[in-house]
Amino acid sequence: MGVLTDISVIWPELFLAIWIMVMLMIGVFRGDGFGAPIAWFAVIGFVMTGFFVLTGPIDLAFNGQYISDKFAVFSKMLILLGAGLTVMLSFGYNKREGTGAFEMPILLMFAVLGMLIMVSANNFITLYLGLELQSLSLYIVAAFRRDNLRSSEAGLKYFVLGALSSGLLLYGISLVYGYSGSVDFGVLETVIADNLSGAAAPPLGLVVGLVFVLSGLAFKISAVPFHMWTPDVYEGAPTPVTSFFAVAPKIAAIALIARVLIGPFGDLVAQWQQIVTVLAIASMALGAFAAIGQRNIKRLMAYSSISHMGYALVGLAAGSQKGIQAVLVYMAIYLFMNVGTFACILAMRRQGRMVEDIDDLAGLSKTNLGMASALAIFMFSMAGIPPLAGFFGKLFVFLAAVESGLVVLAVIGLLASVVAAFYYLRVIKLMFFDEPVESFDRPAGSEITSIMTLSAIVTLFFLVGLGPVYSSAGAAARSLFGL
Amino acid sequence: MFYLLAIFLPLIGAAMTGAFGNRLGNRPAQMMTVIPMLLSAALGCLILAQVGFAHREIETVAINWFSSGALEVSWAFRFDTLTAVMVFVVTMVSAMVHVYSIGYMAHDPHVPRFMAYLSLFTFFMLMLVSADNFVQMFLGWEGVGLSSYLLIGFWYKRETANAAAIKAFVVNRVGDFGFLLGILGVFLVFGSLDFDQVFAGSPDIAGTNFNFLGFETDILTTICILLFIGAMGKSAQIGLHTWLPDAMEGPTPVSALIHAATMVTAGVFMVARLSPMFEYAPIALAVVTVVGATTAFFAATIGLTQTDIKRVIAYSTCSQLGYMFFAIGVGAYPAAIFHLMTHAFFKALLFLGAGSVIHGMSDEQDMRKMGGLWSKMRVTAVLMWVGSLALAGMPFFAGYYSKDIILESAFAAHTGLGTYAFWVGIAAAAMTAFYSWRLIFMTFNGPTRADAHTYDHAHESPPVMIAPLIVLALGAIFSGWLGFEYFVGHEMEHFWNGSILMLGEPDIIEAAHHVPEWVPLLPALVGVAGIALAFLFYKMMPTLPARVAGGFGFVYRFVFNKWFFDELYEKIFIRPAFRLGHGLWKGGDGQVIDGVGPDGVAAGVKNLAAGAVRLQTGYLYHYAFAMLIGVVGLVGWYLITVFGGGAG
Repeated sequence: MGVLTDISVIWPELFLAIWIMVMLMIGVFRGDGFGAPIAWFAVIGFVMTGFFVLTGPIDLAFNGQYISDKFAVFSKMLILLGAGLTVMLSFGYNKREGTGAFEMPILLMFAVLGMLIMVSANNFITLYLGLELQSLSLYIVAAFRRDNLRSSEAGLKYFVLGALSSGLLLYGISLVYGYSGSVDFGVLETVIADNLSGAAAPPLGLVVGLVFVLSGLAFKISAVPFHMWTPDVYEGAPTPVTSFFAVAPKIAAIALIARVLIGPFGDLVAQWQQIVTVLAIASMALGAFAAIGQRNIKRLMAYSSISHMGYALVGLAAGSQKGIQAVLVYMAIYLFMNVGTFACILAMRRQGRMVEDIDDLAGLSKTNLGMASALAIFMFSMAGIPPLAGFFGKLFVFLAAVESGLVVLAVIGLLASVVAAFYYLRVIKLMFFDEPVESFDRPAGSEITSIMTLSAIVTLFFLVGLGPVYSSAGAAARSLFGL
Repeated sequence: MFYLLAIFLPLIGAAMTGAFGNRLGNRPAQMMTVIPMLLSAALGCLILAQVGFAHREIETVAINWFSSGALEVSWAFRFDTLTAVMVFVVTMVSAMVHVYSIGYMAHDPHVPRFMAYLSLFTFFMLMLVSADNFVQMFLGWEGVGLSSYLLIGFWYKRETANAAAIKAFVVNRVGDFGFLLGILGVFLVFGSLDFDQVFAGSPDIAGTNFNFLGFETDILTTICILLFIGAMGKSAQIGLHTWLPDAMEGPTPVSALIHAATMVTAGVFMVARLSPMFEYAPIALAVVTVVGATTAFFAATIGLTQTDIKRVIAYSTCSQLGYMFFAIGVGAYPAAIFHLMTHAFFKALLFLGAGSVIHGMSDEQDMRKMGGLWSKMRVTAVLMWVGSLALAGMPFFAGYYSKDIILESAFAAHTGLGTYAFWVGIAAAAMTAFYSWRLIFMTFNGPTRADAHTYDHAHESPPVMIAPLIVLALGAIFSGWLGFEYFVGHEMEHFWNGSILMLGEPDIIEAAHHVPEWVPLLPALVGVAGIALAFLFYKMMPTLPARVAGGFGFVYRFVFNKWFFDELYEKIFIRPAFRLGHGLWKGGDGQVIDGVGPDGVAAGVKNLAAGAVRLQTGYLYHYAFAMLIGVVGLVGWYLITVFGGGAG
C-alpha cells in the first residue's frame, strides 16, 4: 500500500478540499460581490467530486483509517446530490436577502467535505474529524444572518448542544477504547468477537461506551430525545440553510451510524438493537404528535424530519442487510421529498418577503395550481400514500423490521404514520379546499421551479426507477456487511 | 311457457317504466304497465281454465338458483289449481287497479313511479303464489312487503305516510321473522325446501318431538305455528293487525290491490298451500281457528265506530281475513280460498268505489263530512251497493256463497273451537252488514254535511275509473254463483285435483252441506237484521247513534280506540324499544364507541400534540437536560435489562 494508493482512495475528498481552498482565495481577493459565481462553482465542485467518487477505487487507505466501499459511494452520491440541489435552491434567496456573501458556499462545501470523510471513516478519530468539520461549518451557517435575532439564537443553540453531543461522543469513544484498546473499526470488530466468544455478556464498560457513542450520533440525526435543537434551528436558520440541514447532514449521519453499528459493533446487535428501537419509536411518535401543533411550515418540516429519521432507524434496528438496504432507499426518497418541499417553501414569498405560516398556503390551488400540485405530491408521499415514493420507503423499512422479528416496532411505526398523515393531509386540505388568501410572488425563480418539478416527477414516478435504486442500495448494504 | 309470461310481464312493465318512465312522460308510462298487465290478466284466465278445469298441472324448473352444501334451491314454478286461482285473482284485480289508476292518479306528479311500483308488486305477488319451494316463496313474500312499504309511503312528503310505511314494514318484520324461523325449521327437519319433498315427509315427521329449553315439543306443530305467525303478520290477524288501518295512508288503488284483494291474503294462501303440513299438526290448526275467529269479531266491532271511509273498509278486510283463517282452522281450505276469491272482487270494488267518492270529494275521507252524494254520483253509489250486498252476504251475491260455506263448515266441525268460530262468525256477519250500510247511508244519503264548495264540485268519476268498477261488480255478483260447484260443490274433488290436502272422513265440506236447515239461513237473517238496524240508526233516527254511544260510553270508547292496541304496543314495545335505542345510541354508540373510538382517539391525539409542543420550551438548558436524561435513561435501562439479570 503506497502513498499513491492512499491518495487515489481519498482523491474525491482531496479534490474537494483543494477546490474549496481555491474558491476561498478567489472569494477573499474578489470580495463579496463574487458570492453568486462561487455558489455556482460549489455546485460544479460537487458534480466533479461525485464523478471522482464514482470512478474511484474500492479500497482501504492509511492503514485502514479510511475506507471507500460501495456503501460509502452510495451515501456520498446521495450527500452530493442533496447538497448540490439545496445550494442551487439558495441562489435566488441569497440574491434577494443579501446573504450572498461568498463565505456561505465555502462553508457549505466544508460541511460536505466533513460529511464525505464521515461516511468513509473507518476509525473513531477519522470519524470525529469529519463530524467536527461538518458540525463547525453548520454552526456558522445556522447563524449566518447574524443581524437576525432568531438566526443567531439558532446558531448558538445548535453550537452549545452540538458541543454537548460531541462531548458525549468523545466520552463514549474513550470508554470503548478503554475496554478494547483500539479505536480502529477493524480491530474493534475482532476484539469484540473474541470477547463475546468467551463470556456470556460483553464487558459493561464497552456497552456503556456504545450507548454514549450512539447518543452523540443520534444528536446529528435529531433522534428523540436528542432532537430538541431541530425545530428552533430549522425555524431560525435562513431557509436555504434549513433545506441544506434537512437533507445532506441527515444522510451522512445515518450512514455513519449504520457503519459504526454494523461494522465494529456488529456482534453487539442484541445490545444496540434495543437502543435503536427506543430511539425509533420515540422519534416516530414525537415527530407525529408534535407536528400537529405547528403553525410554522419550517417547524413542521423539523418534526417531519424527526419522524422520518425514526422510520430510517426502524430499518437500522432490523440490523440485517435488508434493513440497511431499506434505510438507503429511504434516504434516497427522503432526499427528493425534502428538496421538493423546501423548493415550495422557498417559493412562498409575498411582496418580496418570505412567509412561513401554514395558513399562508390556503387556497393555493386556485392561485398557483402547479405549485399546489407539487406540494400535494410531496405531502402525499411523506404520508406514505401509494404509489408515491414515500410509500415504498416505509414499506421496505417495515418489511425489514418484520423479517427481523420486530413486529411491534413495525406496528407502532404504522400507527405513527397514521397520526402523521393528519398534518400532511391538512396542508393539502388547506391548499385545495380553503378560500384563497393573497397569491405568492411570481415567478418563483427558475432554479426553484425546475427543482420542484424534478422532485415532483421523481416522487410521483419513483416506481419506474425503483429497480436500479433498490439493487444499488442492495449492493451498498452488502459491502457494509463485508460480503 | 306462456304461464311464465303471465308472471314476468308485470316485471317487464315495471322495469321499463321504472327506467324510462320519467323521460317518456305519464301516458307512455301508463301504457307500458297497463298493457302488460292486461295481457297478464288474459293469461291468468287461460291458466285457470287450463289448470282448474282441464286439469293440467305444470311444474317449470327454470334454472338452478343456488346450492350451498345440502341446500339446493332452484327457480321452480308450480301451477296447480291453487296457484291458478291465485294467479287469476291477482292478475284480474291488478289489471283493474292499473286501469283505474290511470284516472285516479291523473293529477299526481309521480305517475311513472306509481305505475312501476304497482307492476313490481304484482310480479312479486305472482312469484309468491307460483313458487315451488320455500325460498322462492319467501322472495315473493319479502318482495310484496317491500312494494307495500314503497306504496304506503308513496306520498313520501306526508309524515303520516312515512310513519305508516315504517309501521307496516316493522310489524311485518315480526311476522316475517316467524316465517323465516319456520323455513329454517323446515330445512332442519326435512333437509329440503322443495314443497314436494317436504309434503311427502310430513306424515312421517308428525308426532315426533324435540327438546326445546327442556320442554318436549311437537316438531311439526312448532314449525306450523311459526309459519302461521308469518301469515298473521302479512294477513293482519289480531296482534299483528295494527299496520293495516294505517296503511290506508297509501293511494286508494294501493289499498284496493294490496291491502284488500291480494297481498293480505298471502297468509291465507300460504297456509292453504302448506295444507299437507298443517293437516298433520292439529294443535296449530286450533291456533289458526282461534286467531281467525277472534280477529273476525274484533275487527268487525272496530269497524262499527270508525269514521274514515277507508278505515271502515280496512277493518272489514281484517275481519274477512279472520273468516278465511278460521275456515282453514276447521280444515275447510277450499272454502277459505273460495272466500278469498269472492272477497277479492267485492272488497276491491268497495275500495275503488270509496276511491271514486274520495276523488269526487276533493280527497275528503271523513264520512262525517259526506252525505247526500247519491244525486252527485249515482253509478258509484250503485256499485257500492253491489259491493256491500256481497260483503254482507246477501243471498245470490258472491259473499253469500263463500261466507255461508265457511260458517257451515265451522258448525259442521262439531268441535268446541268450531262452534266458537261459528257463533263469533255470525255475530261478525251482523256487524258487517251494519257497518256496511252505515257507510252507505252516511256517504250517499241524507242531507250533506260537506262544505258547500266541496259539495258543489263533487262529481262522478271518469269512465276509465268506472269501467274497472263494473268488471269487479260483475265478479262480486257472479263469482260466487259460478264458482260454488267447482270450489266447494260437487266438482270440488275434480277441481282441486290434489292441490289441497284434507284428511278427515267424510271431509268437512261434505259435512257442511248436511247441516240443519237453520244454519245456512242464519247468516242471511242476521245480515238483514244488521242492515235494518243501520237503516234505523242512520236513516230514520240520525240522533240515535250519538245517544247509544253516550249510553255505552266505556264500550264505545274501547271500540272506537281500536281496543287500545296501538296504545298498548306503544307502552309495551315502542317506548321501551325507543328508550333502549336511544340509550344505545347516546350511551353505547355516542359515548362508548365514538367516545373511545374516533372521537376519543382524536381528542387523545390533540392532547398529546399539545403536550409535545409544550415540551419545546425554547430554553437551552431544558434541551441539554433532555439529552442528558436521555443518555441516563438509555444507560440505566440497559443496565437493568441486560446486566440486571446476569448480575442477579
